[in-house]
Amino acid sequence: MGEGGDKEGTKMTEMRCSPHIHSSETTTRIMWSVLIALLPAAIGSIYFFGSDALKVILVCILSCYIGEVVSHLVFHRRLKPFDGSEAVTGLLLAFVLPPSIPLWMAGIGGFLAIFLVKELFGGIGFNIFNPALAARSILTVSFPLEMTQFVAPLSYRVDTITTATPLGIVKEGLGGSLPSLWDMFIGNRAGCIGETSILLLLIGAIFLLWRRVITWHIPISYIITVAILTSLTGQNPLFHILAGGLVLGAFFMATDYVTSPITSKGKIIFGIGCGIITFLIRFKGSYPEGVAYSIIFMNMFVPLIDKYTLPKKFGYINKKGKK
Amino acid sequence: MFQGGIKLVDFKELSKEKVIEDFPAQEKVIIPLSQHTGIPSKPIVKKGDTVLKGQLIGESAGFISSAVHASISGTVSGLENCNLPGGKTSLAVVIENDGKDTAVEGVKRDWQSLSTEEIISIVRDAGIVGMGGAAFPSSVKLTIPAGKKAECAILNGCECEPFLTADYRVMKENLPDVMDGFFIVCKALGVDKGYIGLEGNKRDIAWMMRDYLSKTPSPFDIEVKILPERYPQGGEKQLIKSVIGREVPSGGLPIDVGCVVFNVQTCVAIRNAVCEGKPVIDRVLTVTGLVKETKNLRVRIGTPVSKILDYCGVEIKDGTKVILGGPMMGIQIHTTDIPVLKGTSGILVLPEEVLPENIQPCIRCGKCVEVCPMQLVPAELGRYAEYKNWERCQQLSVSDCIECGCCSYICPAKRPLVELFKWAKVEIRKAQK
Repeated sequence: MGEGGDKEGTKMTEMRCSPHIHSSETTTRIMWSVLIALLPAAIGSIYFFGSDALKVILVCILSCYIGEVVSHLVFHRRLKPFDGSEAVTGLLLAFVLPPSIPLWMAGIGGFLAIFLVKELFGGIGFNIFNPALAARSILTVSFPLEMTQFVAPLSYRVDTITTATPLGIVKEGLGGSLPSLWDMFIGNRAGCIGETSILLLLIGAIFLLWRRVITWHIPISYIITVAILTSLTGQNPLFHILAGGLVLGAFFMATDYVTSPITSKGKIIFGIGCGIITFLIRFKGSYPEGVAYSIIFMNMFVPLIDKYTLPKKFGYINKKGKK
Repeated sequence: MFQGGIKLVDFKELSKEKVIEDFPAQEKVIIPLSQHTGIPSKPIVKKGDTVLKGQLIGESAGFISSAVHASISGTVSGLENCNLPGGKTSLAVVIENDGKDTAVEGVKRDWQSLSTEEIISIVRDAGIVGMGGAAFPSSVKLTIPAGKKAECAILNGCECEPFLTADYRVMKENLPDVMDGFFIVCKALGVDKGYIGLEGNKRDIAWMMRDYLSKTPSPFDIEVKILPERYPQGGEKQLIKSVIGREVPSGGLPIDVGCVVFNVQTCVAIRNAVCEGKPVIDRVLTVTGLVKETKNLRVRIGTPVSKILDYCGVEIKDGTKVILGGPMMGIQIHTTDIPVLKGTSGILVLPEEVLPENIQPCIRCGKCVEVCPMQLVPAELGRYAEYKNWERCQQLSVSDCIECGCCSYICPAKRPLVELFKWAKVEIRKAQK
């Protein structure tokens, strides 16, 4: 209040621009929702793969926080409020690692996910690639053996411990018999820690859709694209949805806000692109699985997709303004 | 129906049933000469002059300007600078009340016999401006520019801002006046077709209006439309889109799509001016939020906000915000000595919100894009504004932003998007000069 103000005037609270009310949704609440959504699959992974899974999960989350703290020390960046985003990255990274991975490798992955993929690009909101998937890719090229060795779930461990994933069995003719579709649905199969149980992942996905944290656009367009392309080439689309990391990738990785398009139209294009590349890698590439690379690949197209899918602005229809 | 927008909790039940009370005239009113869009009025009284209620004290100083009248009878104690919302100031005529409330005698007229020009000149002389908040001179709106044609008139009865119930009460209690005012508008515009847009939470009004229209012969074809409760349904461009399905072109006016929109209380003011020769000297506003008793009050223009707050039992403590207007677009005031203006639709007392101190990073969730009623991309605009890239802001049409607040409301990172856009607009305007 200026000095010329009337003496009746009362000095008040800090001045704010409109609007004066805000929704209760916050970044922290969104991150916690994702964590809650991932919880059933996390518990399931411990049930299927035992304490190995739990250890990898804890190491990944811890190393993500270490990455965060180190980047603050190195870049002198203001410590942001504790919003749970590192825990989300750590948990997602653990979900895409094999249960048998040495813990120090998982630790390197978690650190790189935050320090290299996220903070070096400017921190939350500015990274180009999905941190968990980029870290997984770095680990895959650095430690190809450990990253492609899978163990059977506890209930199927008879004599040999290492086994192949369903996609590996189909693609590379690796030994072992295919699990039933039902086993694949509930998660009783070899694979990465968090990708196996489609049932538990879908419970989390429904929660996120209900909370409106994610929208249907990316996951549905992604999964439908894979289903169509596989059935066109004479494969069982259901097998390709249940096998590998498609459900995990479509609902929890490709939907990462920062690294996916901002408009609904863009999201659908992004999902279709992910679907096509996943299909190509699974059928033409040398890897049995292509979800991680397809999402990373499409991450690079996000600025371009955003540029060409801007919504049609109000009042730009034509001169008369009529429909 | 327009795209985007938000379903908000409306908090209207706090004051919806409160009958409009006349707020007693205070010992002093402060009447700013700039309370409308356009050029400030020119004062025509000086210290010591005696004025009557309704007497002209400030002349319209141009085409886009407005006349200002005394809202009480008494003596002019001076011309002073007064505070306005938004940190602005204006020269104001301060009048000491003589307690007699002697009014200038009004001229009674029958609106049906008046011509367009006569109505416009009455509206101009009565100092009528848009009373929904924008305070744009009504006479200008009624004057159809050469080469344009009005096809219909729209009465904006949405009152889509949460908390506010003043327009609702006016429609409930003074329906014939509202309707007469709207008929006069139709007559002045020379249109046969009129639409009344109401949000779904005012169905009772819609039925009252339909009943009234069926019983009252009028030369106009008036249609009452119940629109979804979706903020900003009452935004001028959104309302036009919802009611007649046309989009006002960017940078254009409603008349570019053949219509003109008037607010409820503006219609009443037009009716009072035309039929009774009364200028705008008071208005109905809602006092609500953290007050002992919420009220709908008829207040003289120029009454200090502090007096009204005292009357309604408001204690201004640290952490209490006083807002003129609604919570989405209203302006927080820095001092309660600000007077009530023609465009003041409510006084809202809210607790201070806990918001992050620094601007948090955008996580690109896209919710702002979903809710933007102008189909802009607030997330991108916000980033460019944050880095002062005004050129990109302009390319992304920040000037089309109506500052409705949907994006800021929904943003999980609580980014001050509207604030950034207001800043961008100012900078762009500066650069163009």
